[in-house]
Amino acid sequence: MSSKNQKPQSVEKTTGLHVGEIEPGVKKVDPIITIDKVHRQFGGLTAVDVDHLEIPRGVITALIGPNGAGKTTLFNLLTGFDKPDTGEWTFDGENIAGVPAYKLAQKGQVRTFQLTKALGLLTVLENMKLGAKHQTGERFLSSLFPFFWKKQDEEIGEKAMGLLKKFKLDAKKDDFAASLSGGQRKLLEMARALMSDPELVMLDEPMAGVNPALTQSLLDHILDLKKEGMTVLFVEHDMHMVSHIADWVVVLAEGRVVAEGPPDVVMKNPAVIDAYLGSHQDVDLGAVTGRIPKVSE
Amino acid sequence: MELVRGAEQTLSQKLPQWIVVTLVTLLAFFLAVGPASSAHADEVGTEYDFTISGNVKNEGEPIGDVRIVVDGNGYTAEVRTGDDGKWKVGVPERAVYNVFLDQNTLPEGIAVLEGGDNQQVEIGPGGSVVKNFFIGEGERQTTSVADQLISRLIYGLNFGLMLALAAIGLSLVYGTTGLSNFAHAEMVTFGAIVAMVFGVILEWPMWISIILAIAASAGIGWVQDAGLWAPLRKKGLGLVQLMIVSIGLSLAVRYIFQFAVGGGTIQLPGSGAAKIPLFGAVALSTIDLASMAISLVVILAFALWLIFSRIGKATRAISDNASLAAASGIDVDRVIRIVWILASMLAGLAGILWAYFRPGIKWDMGEKILLLMFAAVVLGGLGTALEKLIGAIIVGVLVETSAMVIPSDLKYVGALSLLIIILVVRPQGLLGRKERIG
Amino acid sequence: MDWGSILSNTAQQLLSPATMAFALAALGLAIHFGFAGLLNMGIAGFMAVGAYGYAISILTFGFPWWGAALVGIVASVILAIIMGIPTLRLRGDYLAIVTIAGAEILRLLFLTTANQEITGSADGLFGYHASFRAANPFPEGTYGFGPWTYNEVEFWVLVLGLILLGLAVLFVWRLIHSPWGRVIKGIREDEDAVRALGKNVFSYKMQALIIGGVIAAIGGIVYALPSAVNPNVYVTSLTFFVWTALLLGGAATVFGPLLGAIIFWVLQAFLSNVLPALVSSGILPFVTSQQAATLRFVLVGVGLVLLVVFRPQGILGDKRELTFVK
Repeated sequence: MSSKNQKPQSVEKTTGLHVGEIEPGVKKVDPIITIDKVHRQFGGLTAVDVDHLEIPRGVITALIGPNGAGKTTLFNLLTGFDKPDTGEWTFDGENIAGVPAYKLAQKGQVRTFQLTKALGLLTVLENMKLGAKHQTGERFLSSLFPFFWKKQDEEIGEKAMGLLKKFKLDAKKDDFAASLSGGQRKLLEMARALMSDPELVMLDEPMAGVNPALTQSLLDHILDLKKEGMTVLFVEHDMHMVSHIADWVVVLAEGRVVAEGPPDVVMKNPAVIDAYLGSHQDVDLGAVTGRIPKVSE
Repeated sequence: MELVRGAEQTLSQKLPQWIVVTLVTLLAFFLAVGPASSAHADEVGTEYDFTISGNVKNEGEPIGDVRIVVDGNGYTAEVRTGDDGKWKVGVPERAVYNVFLDQNTLPEGIAVLEGGDNQQVEIGPGGSVVKNFFIGEGERQTTSVADQLISRLIYGLNFGLMLALAAIGLSLVYGTTGLSNFAHAEMVTFGAIVAMVFGVILEWPMWISIILAIAASAGIGWVQDAGLWAPLRKKGLGLVQLMIVSIGLSLAVRYIFQFAVGGGTIQLPGSGAAKIPLFGAVALSTIDLASMAISLVVILAFALWLIFSRIGKATRAISDNASLAAASGIDVDRVIRIVWILASMLAGLAGILWAYFRPGIKWDMGEKILLLMFAAVVLGGLGTALEKLIGAIIVGVLVETSAMVIPSDLKYVGALSLLIIILVVRPQGLLGRKERIG
Repeated sequence: MDWGSILSNTAQQLLSPATMAFALAALGLAIHFGFAGLLNMGIAGFMAVGAYGYAISILTFGFPWWGAALVGIVASVILAIIMGIPTLRLRGDYLAIVTIAGAEILRLLFLTTANQEITGSADGLFGYHASFRAANPFPEGTYGFGPWTYNEVEFWVLVLGLILLGLAVLFVWRLIHSPWGRVIKGIREDEDAVRALGKNVFSYKMQALIIGGVIAAIGGIVYALPSAVNPNVYVTSLTFFVWTALLLGGAATVFGPLLGAIIFWVLQAFLSNVLPALVSSGILPFVTSQQAATLRFVLVGVGLVLLVVFRPQGILGDKRELTFVK
């Protein structure tokens, strides 16, 4: 693959997202999600304890923090896969605390999983078709009569092929998803998530387990999402990758938001460095957490 | 595979589940209790070949609508005398049965004169037997509700202790290997059958027969793990597949038992021992008492072993986290082998006690209490042997005492309903801790 | 040994109400387990509810036969809903235990002498055929040939049973090859993935439970149509036999349940004829005819074990389908 020699595209960052001074819980100009007093405890361990957090619309936000900081738990709470002990949050102004996961997906919020959930027993094309919303054929009575859903299914198939071409998976459309490589499955999962034309795409460690050759391709796809007007929230470890594409960064440690802001500001924040490394203040965080080489801009 | 169980349901969605389960259980009970008051057949069980019949008369005058209960060999039926005082109950086997006359259904001021209200009969060579009750004026030895309750409690305790022996083995296997073993029922039957082979067919003394039966059970446990379960685990079979394998195994073994011992009931020597009245309405034979004592001693010994011995601790470690246990140097395969042997021995002993309790050995005797064993395991949660004991006793007592309020042929319904409710509402058992999910 | 009558008896079973009922039950279970991944170990309960619903409607409430059949179907829907609401979120082996316990409670309720007037208790129910026979479109006479010879009543049952079976197969085939079927297949493999794509997983599982339950109940009705309803038929062993037939044919296919049911039933018939004959002609010594008959069931158990271990996808299944998703 020639991506090794390719210079990573320079990324235009969006600024001016916040209202007032940069600090944990700062208000945003145009938040898509607001989180209030969310608390989740497992036995004696407090996993998440967030007072106030707003996620800006239309840009790429990264959720970072050391292991055990509560990132995946917060993710699960936001996407309806877990229930908090207390707390409320809104999506597009609508209160969605306690709304089940499948309803959230219908409202325009999709997520991917750390351990890829490409459905191996379905073909690639079937996986894609599954992602589409409002399918007549999925209703029990209509499903018995192909007359009702055949046309719509074909249209969905065309849309799927379009996305598959973009992700370079079109040749594999009739293969079982189980036969794809790990990286290809990640791409499939992302492509499938786009079938429902979501507003907010939430990616749980999209780079996990992906070989370095595919990383750049994935990053480009994520940037494309922003270009097409979607909001992206992703969980990541790799600070270099984060500073490369994120417009905004939220840092969690021990369940609390310790810092947020544009990547360059956050990376220099002593509280953040402390959270990751304790007292080694002079070490480059990116070198410690990174998998991709530092991008010189 | 669920990330987080139940996360998709808010309280308003969980509530309907509670309501449905409660309503259904109530419905089951109503269906059981309701029609009971209107069932006035004076002849039941007509499809069976053998009959017990009789007359209830007060100084020559027939008494109608008196309740008679026939009970034995796992079969129970109720009937009420017709206006002619006559009643008839069909029974499935040529054996010994208890016939009980409910004196609460006699008119005031009269009671059973001779022999008491609970008598034993044996089917005669002609396939039937007659049991008449002679009533007259006199002191009714009324068994008050309190006395009845107490005797049922003791009976239930006896049953529960035996159930606990079987349930402990089942939960040990489940804890260490994750397998819900449906063939455990057949291990119970196995112990009883081997004891019968030595004690009845070869006519060796019972104490030797029992020891040999337990030894044979140990052997069968070893063979099962070495020959079937360990290889399957190595092959990487999932838990669901293993469960279905256990179902197939239980089918095959059960019908092998039927092949070997036929469809009838065989008694162990000493089964019909006289019941000694102890207090109130409680009457237990020496065998009942011995059985309860043995169960209690074995369970306590086992609980201590589980807590204090090295292998006991290893067992608990494996139940908690098998890979971690292996990583810390425990020979998981060897411990599991030992667990299978012990579970088998306990099941075999339980089978012998079950054979004395029913009384009688039958090819499917284990299957009849399999679900009750599961109920005991589930009630007791994932904890120690003592919690299993409590769970089993609850099941046993529930089964026996529920026979006071619902028709006796429905006495398992209560325990089964409890099993369902617990699994749905509180799968960690009554006493277990709620584990972190996800 | 009279091979002629052995083979003829066996062949006759190919088209018997029992075989068709079994095939319907296996088809219902295929929807539950093969397609939706639900470990329903209480399928005998659905058959019982269909059969008892049918018989009780006629005997106690005087319904015509087709009304009674509808009642049986509605009863199975109610059973599915009652079973489903609390249990569909349970883990695999818990669901199995709950469904067995549920089916057993049902059977005990049908068996108890307390309900004797309605359910017939241990005697069961019979003598409800008048309305069905009156609706027979076939005039008196003999139909068929060879071992498949029937009088007009038997023929009526056969034709109706085959029509129902055919409709059920078409129905299931359509369902599975539609987007609905796609969602179900996804749920079977990974519920959370499907949930994250906006599908109401609980609702789909409930639909699968109801549809499979209705088909199994129809099987129970077909079984009861020509004969009687007896609680000793709907025991846990029946559920296990249906499972064996399903796994034999191929759990996640449409024709697998049919094939498995036919092979299972024909094999059973063959063995129940051959084994006693072997005994009486002295080939199998030391064994009585009754014992020989028991051997069949031993073979079922062994067969189930071998199937699950060595060929879980059955005859028609695809190895890649992962019959048992771990």
